[in-house]
Amino acid sequence: MGPDDPPAPIAEPRPAPARSNRDKTMSMREAVASFVRDGDTVALEGFTHLIPTAAGHEIIRQGRRGLTVVRMTADIVVDQMLAAGCVAKLVSSFVGNSSAGSLGELRRRIERADPEPLTFEEYSHHGMLCRYLAGAQRLPFYPLRSYAGSDLPAVNPALRKVTSPYPGPDGRPEQVYVVPPVNPDVTIVHAQRADRRGNTQVWGLTGVQAEAVYAARTAVVVVEELVDDDVVRSDPNRTLVPAHAVDAVVVCPRGAHPSFAQGYYDRDNAFYRAWSHISKDPARLQAWLDEWVHGTRDHAEYVARLGEQRRSELAVGEALSVPVNYGRRL
Amino acid sequence: MTSSELLAAVAARELAGRHTVFAGIGLPTLAASLAHLTVAPDLEIVYESGVCGAHPSHLPETIADSVLITGAEAVLPMASLFGYVLQGGHIDVGFLGAAQIDKWGNLNSSAIGDWHRPDVRLPGSGGALEVMANAREVFVVMRRHTPRSFTEQLDFCTSPGPDRALAEGVRPLGAGVTRVITDLGVLARAGAGEELQLAAVHPGVTVDEVRAATGWDLKAADRVGTVEPPTAAELRLLREHIDPHRVYLR
Repeated sequence: MGPDDPPAPIAEPRPAPARSNRDKTMSMREAVASFVRDGDTVALEGFTHLIPTAAGHEIIRQGRRGLTVVRMTADIVVDQMLAAGCVAKLVSSFVGNSSAGSLGELRRRIERADPEPLTFEEYSHHGMLCRYLAGAQRLPFYPLRSYAGSDLPAVNPALRKVTSPYPGPDGRPEQVYVVPPVNPDVTIVHAQRADRRGNTQVWGLTGVQAEAVYAARTAVVVVEELVDDDVVRSDPNRTLVPAHAVDAVVVCPRGAHPSFAQGYYDRDNAFYRAWSHISKDPARLQAWLDEWVHGTRDHAEYVARLGEQRRSELAVGEALSVPVNYGRRL
Repeated sequence: MTSSELLAAVAARELAGRHTVFAGIGLPTLAASLAHLTVAPDLEIVYESGVCGAHPSHLPETIADSVLITGAEAVLPMASLFGYVLQGGHIDVGFLGAAQIDKWGNLNSSAIGDWHRPDVRLPGSGGALEVMANAREVFVVMRRHTPRSFTEQLDFCTSPGPDRALAEGVRPLGAGVTRVITDLGVLARAGAGEELQLAAVHPGVTVDEVRAATGWDLKAADRVGTVEPPTAAELRLLREHIDPHRVYLR
């Protein structure tokens, strides 16, 4: 496919569904069963922080097939979903195990089609971000100052160039690359806390959580803890995703392990390093999945298996922000 | 003295007078931290995770380490980081690494071999393409200067310098790669239209050795300098203040 051929079919943008103002809490099992179907386009976001690992594991347990996974930093959870046979296509801008080494299964799939080929659509980080921005705003494309001179447009025909309708700084027509929108069937993000209706509060690295949720047709938010409405309403600026954009709220403590949740638990750097070794050997990787994913009924069992020692090593101390005064009318 | 200490100290000096640097964890952070304590006291490190003005209590292990967030001056969403900070032109120097670099400072971080069926699949761009397009200058640190990595022809161009962008009729914001710091010396170029030239060698390294380790016909500057080895003060800062547990100073 050359750059002049029509771009790959792009999901038809649809208005976001109307959502009622109800209690949306449900179990992870129920949320994955309800919102993730075979063949779906599933965005899993969390930029090194708040990675929705527990959701990925439940997708593996329920045996989903033929998924298109959209994720900026395709790391350990994507390698695990690949190895479990859930994924037919990957859309990503970074396919590595952080700075800790390689993703064994991903490399086997791409380098040797072993055990089967993987369709890979490659972007840069800003390109992926702009796809979410276009998707969230139901725009036909989003321009960015990247890609000119790169070989990426030659292998990814969705990267296209348009002429700006306005003159550039030198008064002449300006060429700019654009990316198409992405409207996932479902976006799953992890967050620190939410209320029952899905008003979701995040602090620390906020990544692309809001853009990925608004781009999607349906959205599942996984949280460390459920809080009362009063807690959310005491600090409304902390709400990154309001309830109107959320379909399901899943309470799942430590659901981002081995990544971290700021203020709740730290990143399991030792596991990131170990993954390079585990994933290098397909048999060892399958044994890991058998023990930690197929061999656990849910994430609570996975967390129990981590053990008290491991959990205490990842504990963090307190560093409270100073409360702000929102004021009230006297 | 280790090669990491040498590379960090040389890179730090190149940051003199700069204000904002976009850096990953490892050598670039060591260099930026040393520059902050020596030649560039106003230096602010911006991390790809969105952290600006970090004051970490411990040496960070990743660009998203929780110690970078606690106590930081600002933590930005990705849309602000890539849209306003990078594309808006607020970065003086971006640090990038790569598996391959060519004489124009184009970088490959995607694949060795054919992209469609690569011998080695590499992590890809991340934000490297945007750093290259938008930072005023890009510094590249390469631990090993070999003909395989300093190549006449990239297997794949992930992050193009300004010459390749201009050939498509697009003028990028920045000058592309202006410094390449390696275990053999320093290559430099001013910007578009210029090849990387050998600017300086480390003590004991000859111009011919660098040329032999480079996969293209490397031109040498009229006067090739000799890199001043790290001073006792620079080494003390690196060893006692910046990386006392020698996490990156291997």
